[in-house]
Amino acid sequence: MASIVSARGVRKTYGSGFEALKGVDLEIEQGEILALLGPNGAGKTTLISMICGITEISAGNISVGGHDVVRDFRAARSLIGLVPQEVSIEPFEKVMNTVRFSRGLFGKRRDDAFLERILRDLSLWDKRDTPTRELSGGMKRRVLIAKALSHEPSVLFLDEPTAGVDVELRTGMWETVDRLRAAGTTIILTTHYIEEAEAIADRVAVINQGRILLVEEKERLLHRMGRKQLTIELQEPVAEIPPALAAYGLERAEDGNALVYTYDRAAERTGITSLLGDLAEAGFTLRDLHTRQSSLEDIFVDLVRERS
Amino acid sequence: MNVEAIRSIYRYEMARTFRTLFQSVVSPVISTSLYFVVFGTAIGSRIDQVEGVDYGAFIVPGLIMLTVLMQSISNASFGIYMPRFIGTIYEQLSAPISFIEILIGYVGAAATKSFAIGLIIYVTANFFVSLPVAHPIWMLTFLALTCITFSLFGFIIGIWAKNFEQLQLVPLLVISPLAFLGGTFYSITMLPPLWQTITLFNPVVYLVSGFRWAFFGLADVPVGLSIAAIAAFSALCLGIVWWIFKTGYRIRS
Repeated sequence: MASIVSARGVRKTYGSGFEALKGVDLEIEQGEILALLGPNGAGKTTLISMICGITEISAGNISVGGHDVVRDFRAARSLIGLVPQEVSIEPFEKVMNTVRFSRGLFGKRRDDAFLERILRDLSLWDKRDTPTRELSGGMKRRVLIAKALSHEPSVLFLDEPTAGVDVELRTGMWETVDRLRAAGTTIILTTHYIEEAEAIADRVAVINQGRILLVEEKERLLHRMGRKQLTIELQEPVAEIPPALAAYGLERAEDGNALVYTYDRAAERTGITSLLGDLAEAGFTLRDLHTRQSSLEDIFVDLVRERS
Repeated sequence: MNVEAIRSIYRYEMARTFRTLFQSVVSPVISTSLYFVVFGTAIGSRIDQVEGVDYGAFIVPGLIMLTVLMQSISNASFGIYMPRFIGTIYEQLSAPISFIEILIGYVGAAATKSFAIGLIIYVTANFFVSLPVAHPIWMLTFLALTCITFSLFGFIIGIWAKNFEQLQLVPLLVISPLAFLGGTFYSITMLPPLWQTITLFNPVVYLVSGFRWAFFGLADVPVGLSIAAIAAFSALCLGIVWWIFKTGYRIRS
């Protein structure tokens, strides 16, 4: 697939000398949802700000839809919609007017029918004549999304769209994202909520300390790095693991009331059958078994720890 | 050139004016009327004429200039400072527009507003004194040039200011004294010779003098010099704006 956003060797050094990005290469494919995952201060917002033209690029280059974001900024920026992390919104203007303003800024002719559709999709139509300061936090955030969508962008950046947003609204936001993707919009989402990336992203890029650690399809990532754990709950607690079982690398858990076996789901033989046999032979009485697959969160924590 | 974007910014800024109609239009008119009552009627009744013009009428051009100067600066500086302060400037920065369009939108709206206020004060003044205008075209030209130039200046302050205090600092500490000492309420020929010379370093003198000439055909300094002074100040402001845009000063990190 063709990439719609392409960053090559991008660096950012702020006036204070702080190096926020240390050479980032990133290709974002048309029509995908990419989650840019990283802890606070990793450089997520800096990268997005550079793509959108808010922050100057110190080195390297970025293009959107084949247009360089500096030399050919008009063509590049026309394709982009940005929902910033901070809820920055003019407090006294009415919802409809502020969305109209955004559309106009991007050089698009006034089209109230189109804006009505957007506001209805975001459940804001009833509030169209309400000054934005009277809206709840979640509604303000949706106004920001409406503003970003008002000029029909083909690439949408959502910078921490669900930070501080309640669960119900978060689900609503994900539905909106789904609808947009179905309509062919490329979506880049930054988040430090891993479940968010897990729920909606096609690919995941992990960024930490100004470097991209990896970019991979979410499923493959989960599969490749995903370990599974089998927890065996015992009838009687065990003080220490018998030497006969040493080969399995079991860990004691819950004060010896359980044993944890970690294995690779993708491996040819998981070793479960023989483990259970050996456990019976060693005289253990089992009470319960359950397995758990490691989540993106575990993978992420591992990655960040491993590379830093 | 993204004309639609300029129109959007302009309309948005004008909407802000209408939203705050009282503060932006009515209050300058009221304060000017107060000047009339105090200086024109109460004190002015003791002064016959200045250079053959009734004192009440004589102060009108100066009063209009005073208000237009302050209004241009505060409109334009507030217009661009607010998005910076609230953080909504991200939209202007990420839109497919250059600084030129941002400048035309904001300065255009600010200048329009102060131009309208200038005209409203002129109309209001007609209720108090008889006010013939000798050179109407020049009067409008002077008014328009002043509005645009000082809106440019306000735009610069709005970008330079780091907080609300700084936003008020220049209008209060620099423009206000210059305007009062710039011959708003008197002809500089009424001053002792030394002060006349010192006053010539005050740029507002040239504005007020030129504007007054458009009304009454008499001026403290030659009209050509007045036009040159406005042009020079415009050029200076444009130069600074050009530098701001080139370096992204306090706008783009």
